[in-house]
Amino acid sequence: MGDQRMTSLQRVLFTLGHQEPDRVPLFLLLTMHGARELGLTIKEYFSRAEFVAEGQVKMREKYSNDCLYSFFYAPVEVEAWGAEVIYRDDGPPNSGNPFISDPLTINRLKAPLVKQTPCLIKVIEAIRLMKKAVGNEAPIIGVVMSPFSLPVMQLGFEAYLELLYNQPELFKRLIAVNQQFCVDWANAQLEAGATAICYFDPVSSPTIIPRELYLKTGYQVARQTICKIKGPTATHLASGIALPIIDDLVETGTAAVGISAAEDLEKIKQVSRGKLSLIGNLSGLEMIHWSREEAEKAVKNAIAGAAAGGGFILSDNHGEIPYQVTDRVLLAISEAVRTYGNYPITLSVIDNG
Amino acid sequence: MDDFRKALLASDPDAAASILAAYLVDGIALDFVEEVLVKTLEQIGDGWENGQYALSQVYMSGRICEDLLEKVLPDESGSRKVRPKIAIATLNDYHALGKRIVYAVLRAGGYQLIDYGRVETGELARRVEDDQIEMLLISVLMLSSALQVKEVVTSLGYKGNKTKIVVGGAPFRLNRRLWQEVGADAVGFTASDALLLVGRLEGGHKNG
Repeated sequence: MGDQRMTSLQRVLFTLGHQEPDRVPLFLLLTMHGARELGLTIKEYFSRAEFVAEGQVKMREKYSNDCLYSFFYAPVEVEAWGAEVIYRDDGPPNSGNPFISDPLTINRLKAPLVKQTPCLIKVIEAIRLMKKAVGNEAPIIGVVMSPFSLPVMQLGFEAYLELLYNQPELFKRLIAVNQQFCVDWANAQLEAGATAICYFDPVSSPTIIPRELYLKTGYQVARQTICKIKGPTATHLASGIALPIIDDLVETGTAAVGISAAEDLEKIKQVSRGKLSLIGNLSGLEMIHWSREEAEKAVKNAIAGAAAGGGFILSDNHGEIPYQVTDRVLLAISEAVRTYGNYPITLSVIDNG
Repeated sequence: MDDFRKALLASDPDAAASILAAYLVDGIALDFVEEVLVKTLEQIGDGWENGQYALSQVYMSGRICEDLLEKVLPDESGSRKVRPKIAIATLNDYHALGKRIVYAVLRAGGYQLIDYGRVETGELARRVEDDQIEMLLISVLMLSSALQVKEVVTSLGYKGNKTKIVVGGAPFRLNRRLWQEVGADAVGFTASDALLLVGRLEGGHKNG
């Protein structure tokens, strides 16, 4: 690309097309940090679409971030179904007790209507405001929970595993209800201005269920759902491993996958090159301790492992950076990618010892 | 043992029960626990840690073994291990799966333990004191909950309490320095680590 710098959107589109852009795109998937930026509590920050949009725009400027992230918090979807959301001062809002206490009520379960649900309308409004602010300069990443992973918050993890293994009819019924909701929710975000949808599907990771079970369940659900989402998707396994199902993920129609910090990026790149873009894999939990030097080393290693040939976005491994990660570390990551992420990449992986 | 492991990994309670029944023709339940069940659960836990097995298999294996043991070694049989005195809790966190898995695995290992459920830091320290707990297992999923372990440690230490505090859960698996930072005595990365750590403390009692 010579000296001509790309916009964030061009940079991302190039890399998703498995071509080398001017430099490695950076997705700092920040949510709660926007509250700090605006001098608000986390609860105050998420109470208004304007705050979240303003926070995202400010953070993009501050960290030279290549995206805006319209994700509020994981339980926003179950909040839409009437579940409780518990706010904390130092971490992401958490889902309270699962709202399905008796699995038999799944037979009567109805999904909320996206455009009539206040907490979802707020997210849609935030996307509209972000779009107004950045136009086509940078991508806006919307988020859905996969119909297959949402039940963890609907039922609780334990009850969901029991359902998955022992109650196939109720499982099928729950997935059908969730699937329609997921598609409507994703398309509403795209309609509001989101560029792509992050399809969070941690239960599909081999960390959580064996591949044989995934092929009969999460894989089928993803194939049926992703094709109905009217925009590109990236699947995120939220720190779960991906290597044993990389080819399966390609078949679901997704364009990219979030990689765990526990995985060898170089190895994953070898099997995914030209087929699936990689997003990752800086450890959000390690970041809370990083010095500037450690941040730089981690960035260089990730770039060396996966950036050549495009198809790579530098990001964290979980899809949400912990609130405890400081500005100093975020700025060090941003600076490192601008220093070492310019194509052509000449780095090689440094010993991690 | 291979057949038992296969039955657990396939989440087949009937096959697992048949293997136990065949063993009980000539053997006794406690021997089965120590020679087959605990070792198998350890193998499955290690397999999860190295990416060979999935968390759902760890969970289902623990649940199947727990159910099997309830039948052959009920609480009232007096055969369960009551020392060390163990309690388990989820701290300020609504994610209970990790705790449930460790609970099932320790129960399946023949241990008696108290489940505090989900508790706040102050309440947890108070109950540990009141119940004279020797080993407290704390499970968390959220980083902010993990950081609150420090408050429990401080609160118990302030009272001169000697309870061993073992932590576990995703923040500790993904940041291997964190358990020391919050002042825990040990960390378990898998449910079978909990068996090992409890076994060590139990050994201390036997030798003490």
